[in-house]
Amino acid sequence: MSAATPKGVLTTPIFKNNPIALQILGICSALAVTTSMSVSLVMTLAVIFVTAFSNLFVSLIRNHIPSSIRIIVQMTIIASLVIVVDQILKAYAYEISKQLSVFVGLIITNCIVMGRAEGFAMTNTPGMSFLDGVGNGIGYGFILMTVGFFRELLGAGSVFGFTVLQPVQDGGWYVPNGLLLLPPSAFFIIGLIIWVLRETHPEQVEENEFKMKENTQPKEAV
Amino acid sequence: MAQSNNSIKKILTVAFALCIVCSVIVSTAAVALRPMQQLNQELDRKTNILSVANLYEEGMDVEAEFEKITARVVDLRTGEYTDEFDPDTYNSFEAARDPASSRTLSGDRDIAGLSRQENFSTVYLVGEDPDDPEQIILPIRGQGLWGLMRGYISLEGDGNTFVGITYYEHSETPGLGAEVNNPRWQAQWEGKEVFADDQAVAPAISLVKGGASESTEVDALSGATLTSRGVTNMLKFWLSPEGFGEYLARFRGEVSPDEAQDADVELESEGA
Repeated sequence: MSAATPKGVLTTPIFKNNPIALQILGICSALAVTTSMSVSLVMTLAVIFVTAFSNLFVSLIRNHIPSSIRIIVQMTIIASLVIVVDQILKAYAYEISKQLSVFVGLIITNCIVMGRAEGFAMTNTPGMSFLDGVGNGIGYGFILMTVGFFRELLGAGSVFGFTVLQPVQDGGWYVPNGLLLLPPSAFFIIGLIIWVLRETHPEQVEENEFKMKENTQPKEAV
Repeated sequence: MAQSNNSIKKILTVAFALCIVCSVIVSTAAVALRPMQQLNQELDRKTNILSVANLYEEGMDVEAEFEKITARVVDLRTGEYTDEFDPDTYNSFEAARDPASSRTLSGDRDIAGLSRQENFSTVYLVGEDPDDPEQIILPIRGQGLWGLMRGYISLEGDGNTFVGITYYEHSETPGLGAEVNNPRWQAQWEGKEVFADDQAVAPAISLVKGGASESTEVDALSGATLTSRGVTNMLKFWLSPEGFGEYLARFRGEVSPDEAQDADVELESEGA
């Protein structure tokens, strides 16, 4: 993060420093909204919008924010943006907003938004902060769309609502895997994504917290 | 910067200014988008009502089609219509929360898990003549597996034969309980009957496992036993005298004018 370039802040959050896969933030909503790709996409756009603009506004007034109330100031800005997004969705994408229901409101508690405002926007210029917000939103969305793709394809046999694998209940051959429509399945898929990312980017692998002592012999309890 | 960011004065100024700006933005958004949102909600409600009556088609003019439907408020205790409330603005969910316009349900009477029930409810009548409707659309609600399910059922003018069922709000498991809105499952409701015979007061309609054989049986949702049980219970509740039973009696007992004439003719011929 030392030398922040526009390209750097946009692309590093996608693979190198992914908010979900490396920082393990925002897992809750990644479990909840990924049953179908269209819902994941709207959630992604909402989060990109909120992280980008909250970063922008926090950065704009960063020199005037008293450090003692900075978290509340950030929260207020984020909460206002989320309410605006929620209102817009209700007015222009009513069907989707019904499916997202409470999770749009819960963007407020999404650690990614808060984390970027506190960690990046408080110390960087508005332009860079805005791009950083967009980048992290895309990183979040990348995981969401991937998880959504597998859950919708294997759980319901469709992609973006278009049937790809004809399920048996509609006279096809594919037996949908009901587990993938339930939230826990997202854990498996996110886990696999993290595995793939750490294989391709070995620097993300954390060091062991402890090391097994050598020459330890298994011994029966006395 | 003249003054330190952490002086009391600065903290109060920043906090106050931020609150003002944010509240103006939020309230502007809320007020400006309100008409659009209400339109959406209204459209959604009307679409649901039309689709339960099998009148909805993709891309149709919902408002124009809804002209054919008459909304009336019914007193659930007597089954009579009332003009006390305007059916377009009456909100039965709010009424159910207010002790003055609702009653408590307790123990084994509360099979749908509602705990409070409103005294008045809105019904929708399809057809030219609201007194002799082609379809009667009733709102139902009750506990499913994870929470309250809200929907509509549509009955034919005889107050006994099903046209359809739809849920517009529920939190059932996707792929299992949420299949209540699967068109293939909903399609089998058409022609099912609420009551076992003309005299029955308690509704016989139920969801059964392993293939429905009677006209009052519907295939349960596979893998969603508790949701199916919830659907059965809320139907049994809302179609019993506790719910719309009293109101439906006026359609069930009544012989339609044509049939009445036929009956007269038969009597005369017998007399002759």
